[in-house]
Amino acid sequence: MTTTAPAEAAVQQNPSGAAHPGPRRRPGRIRRIGLPYLLLLPALLLELLVHLVPMVIGIVMSFKELTQFYIRDWGTAPSSGLDNYRVSVDFDAPVGEALLHSFLVTVAFTLLSVGLCWLLGTAAALYLQDTFRGRGLLRALFLIPYALPVYAAVITWVFMFQHDNGLVNHVLHDQLHLTDKPSFWLIGDNSFWALLTVSVWKGWPFAFLIVMAGLQNIPGELYEAAALDGAGMWQQIRRITLPSLRPVNQVLLLVLFLWTFNDFNTPFVLFGKSAPEAADLISVHIYQASFVTWNFGTGSAMSVLLLLFLLVVTGLYLLLTSRGRKPADV
Amino acid sequence: MAPPRSFFWSRRIFLTLLTGFVLVPVYVMVSSSLKPLADVTGEFHWVPSRLTIRPYIDIWSTIPLARYFVNSLIVAGAATVCSVVIAVFAAYAVSRYEFRGKRVFTVTVLSTQMFPGILFLLPLFLIYVNIGNATGIALFGSRGGLILTYLTFSLPFSIWMLIGYFDSVPRDLDEAALVDGCGPFGALLRVVVPAAIPGIVAVAVYAFMTAWGEVLFASVMTNDATRTLAVGLQGYSTLNNVYWNQIMAASLVVSVPVVAGFLLLQRYLVAGLTAGAVK
Repeated sequence: MTTTAPAEAAVQQNPSGAAHPGPRRRPGRIRRIGLPYLLLLPALLLELLVHLVPMVIGIVMSFKELTQFYIRDWGTAPSSGLDNYRVSVDFDAPVGEALLHSFLVTVAFTLLSVGLCWLLGTAAALYLQDTFRGRGLLRALFLIPYALPVYAAVITWVFMFQHDNGLVNHVLHDQLHLTDKPSFWLIGDNSFWALLTVSVWKGWPFAFLIVMAGLQNIPGELYEAAALDGAGMWQQIRRITLPSLRPVNQVLLLVLFLWTFNDFNTPFVLFGKSAPEAADLISVHIYQASFVTWNFGTGSAMSVLLLLFLLVVTGLYLLLTSRGRKPADV
Repeated sequence: MAPPRSFFWSRRIFLTLLTGFVLVPVYVMVSSSLKPLADVTGEFHWVPSRLTIRPYIDIWSTIPLARYFVNSLIVAGAATVCSVVIAVFAAYAVSRYEFRGKRVFTVTVLSTQMFPGILFLLPLFLIYVNIGNATGIALFGSRGGLILTYLTFSLPFSIWMLIGYFDSVPRDLDEAALVDGCGPFGALLRVVVPAAIPGIVAVAVYAFMTAWGEVLFASVMTNDATRTLAVGLQGYSTLNNVYWNQIMAASLVVSVPVVAGFLLLQRYLVAGLTAGAVK
């Protein structure tokens, strides 16, 4: 395996260690070339076990007709060629149409949620940048949604969105009289906005945390110099703070996008095994296709398609944002 | 330079609204957990008419909350320890040594972070079921199996963060230790790990929090005996009634340890994120 071949090479090259090619910093010091592989061994084995093998199996599954009859011995499931993929992307038939719908809902939801999380997080971080009374307390309060376990937080929102005894309807209908009658929030079209609210509530503190960390790295001299040149507060934010945060924001937006797009926990606790159509996020959709209708083959094909989409998006994003940066940074 | 007046009033308005948005659910959780059942099944009231600590007593008998609590503790704790220990070694190798396949390894670790959990859920489910059928080892439904699946998200994140953090520990430190006769493991354990404690704490906190809150794998991979809090809390909804006061009380009970731990250690998390994610 990967670990043995370089170890042997190391033994052979050991006597002439100095002549060994390669970009080591101090060739004389590291005598055992196998050492890095030894350190990596546990991680490699686990990566193999929890990522690589499941991925290969997932891809194999996507080419099989894997219904509940074959779960006990999935190797014997008949091959179905590209059928699972064909069904998934046949947007005129029910399965494909539902998948496309779910995909579009997920894209819209993700863009809105990430945008709002970023806006709230950045604004809060900027407002909390200089010291004032109560700053430490606010900082701690703002991190609570992020620190709460997902199910505890989301279940509280479920309670607030209840039709008869929830806070949301009480405020909107009974107190502010904004609606004619109490609305349903966890079914029907409103569910999209309910999901978005919960997702932003839970997610924005992460943006806040990262932007705060990024702000600490901006040298104070930049602001002093700008102030001497007569730049006002808003100008400083526009000309110094935001440009300096660019690399931070690039990582942050990518991570937020991937987490939100792949989020399963929030919709699952909010709606249960089958989400309303308006809030049918792709993770739950695939879960439902696999574990509720028991068609693992189609579910796997959908997972692979989702993965390909994410790879393309991430690749494009890295390409667009890494201009002018060393490729080693990733 | 004093900021303009507009800054102060916009800050006041924004922070007030945001604090309200953040705290309303927290208030609902706390106040509802102290109401009798009749009050939470009826119309919502901001101010509780009667206060009772009854829900906090009943939560333990309505469902086996203590057992779920212990299960969550074992699973999240073990997943955290495993991923941190393994990640420390791997990150040390990547940060300090040049070797063939290094780039492939880091790119693989980075990219597995973007994969949806659902992608691994189906195959792992099948692998566990089949291993169970073939060998009688019950991975499916066991805590061990769940711990293993939790490494799918905690391990790559831990490795990724720790590489960044170890890079920020000056190399001179562990090179001096090597010169002084420490082996590479000695240098790692005596110099690099102590210097990187904030980063390691950050990674551990993060890994524990995500494992404690994980729902997807927990809902598929557990049975009655191994159920974690994430799934177990659903038990407060019966056919006749949803015990909202108990749900809120239980949510609070399971949240307090993680939230307290997080708030205590968040300094480290910010420091870790600065070094790791925000280079």
